[in-house]
Amino acid sequence: MSDFDAAAHVAHMETVMALTIDEAWLPSVVANMAATARAAALVMAFELDDHVEPAPVFEP
Amino acid sequence: MSAFDILFRPGHEIAADVRARRVSAREVTEAALDAIEALDGKLNAFTDVTAERAIEEANRVDAAVIGGTAPPLAGVPYAVKNLFDIEGVVTRAGSKINRENPPAAADASLVTRMQKAGAVLIGGVNMGEYAYDFTGENVHDGASLNPHDPARMSGGSSGGSGTAVASGMVALSLGSDTNGSIRVPSSFCGLYGLKPTFGRLSRARTFPFVASLDHLGPIARSPRDLAMAFDALQFPDPDDRHQLTRRSLDAERVLRTGIDGLRIAVAGDYFRSQAGNEALAAVDHVAKALGADREVDLPEVHRARAAAYVITTSESSALHLPRLQSRARDYDPDTRDRFLSGAMVPAAWYVAAQRFRSWFRAEMERLFETVDVILAPSTPFPALLSGTKEVELAGNRVPARPNIGIFAQPISFIGLPVVAVPVWPAGTHLPIGVQVIAPAWREDIALRVAEALHQAGTTAAPVAPIRLQGS
Repeated sequence: MSDFDAAAHVAHMETVMALTIDEAWLPSVVANMAATARAAALVMAFELDDHVEPAPVFEP
Repeated sequence: MSAFDILFRPGHEIAADVRARRVSAREVTEAALDAIEALDGKLNAFTDVTAERAIEEANRVDAAVIGGTAPPLAGVPYAVKNLFDIEGVVTRAGSKINRENPPAAADASLVTRMQKAGAVLIGGVNMGEYAYDFTGENVHDGASLNPHDPARMSGGSSGGSGTAVASGMVALSLGSDTNGSIRVPSSFCGLYGLKPTFGRLSRARTFPFVASLDHLGPIARSPRDLAMAFDALQFPDPDDRHQLTRRSLDAERVLRTGIDGLRIAVAGDYFRSQAGNEALAAVDHVAKALGADREVDLPEVHRARAAAYVITTSESSALHLPRLQSRARDYDPDTRDRFLSGAMVPAAWYVAAQRFRSWFRAEMERLFETVDVILAPSTPFPALLSGTKEVELAGNRVPARPNIGIFAQPISFIGLPVVAVPVWPAGTHLPIGVQVIAPAWREDIALRVAEALHQAGTTAAPVAPIRLQGS
């Protein structure tokens, strides 16, 4: 996801999710989206066996 | 006995005196209310002082003691983060929006447990909006300040809890911890904080942040107070479907059983490379006192932190979506933009993060076959100056807000119990916390270690030296 375009994603999802983002907030929302994408990239890059499932009721 | 002598000491000492009728719960409660009157204008911990209720609860405790019963937390003054329901009080959860709700119809389950144990609720305390915060700053209610240096952050999101306990206004506070919100204010304010195992304590009638990750727990000035509160708070609650069934621990009974035979390790790599000098010194100080003789690397811990980040932003934003759609303007700007971007997270990222959580749990279970306790800093640095927006981490300038919690976040991600212990490195007036991390369901181990450190004077949680006027 190194080519993830946070600004384009935010512009698209703003409509999809029926949000209204004030012009003044936009740089900060885009920066947060980019930070989340970087975090997600770390997770997505780690290959997991198909049998590793999310815990439905998480029990440590 | 002066107000100072009555109030500014650990809760277990207050309770012992109330049980022995050396002081009444009423006197302790009045001292707490006086302390709030004198101090809170400067520190901004309390959002709702429940004075009338406190006097009634104190009178009931005194009557019970005279009648021959001895509740364990008799007369211990405590506060709750304002996401806990208090009957008759609006649960604001740090927000502007929620204060339009009607007053809570009943107490949170944990408030009921504290009442049964004889503790006296003094009020609700400040927090970061909807708990999405590590600073203690809040645009609606103002920042809760650090009693050890009011120019600095209390830490968040249980910021008012840190402020109220470190200033001595109360002996104990209940907070919540999703990614570090008990451990961060404990670190910044120099306090002991217990984040129990995920699923251990009921969350009924508290306002949620991230259902997959939310924990509740106490902050106090001694490990014994944490143990006594923890013992009082454990019970199977049919009102919380997330709670997991486990045998309750008797933490206070085993508190002084020592640490002989415990295999104690220091967390390496990710933690050592990003910790500031004070954080490194604090961990080394605790490790030396405990004779920790090994270092362990937590597998893929940077990805664990990243996965917790993804789950937090997407799950919390999904909860808030209707409000984000209709009234984003009413949010604190510092949380609003995080929630808005969180509402745009692809499902595959979220599911991958949840699957990674299962993987990381299994890896950490294996690691805990070789050690009993892992030590890690609670925060990379001591309390930041209020308003700090950027910090330096491992040589890089990064945003302050999300990075305060980088050491706390991967641990709560898989629900391990932690006691944060306060260290006072030489050459600074600021404390910093160390996480004592135990295997799942073994809060007793972390509390025993904390007690050993406290007894040896390796860690301490003094009331901040702000004196009551006239005392």
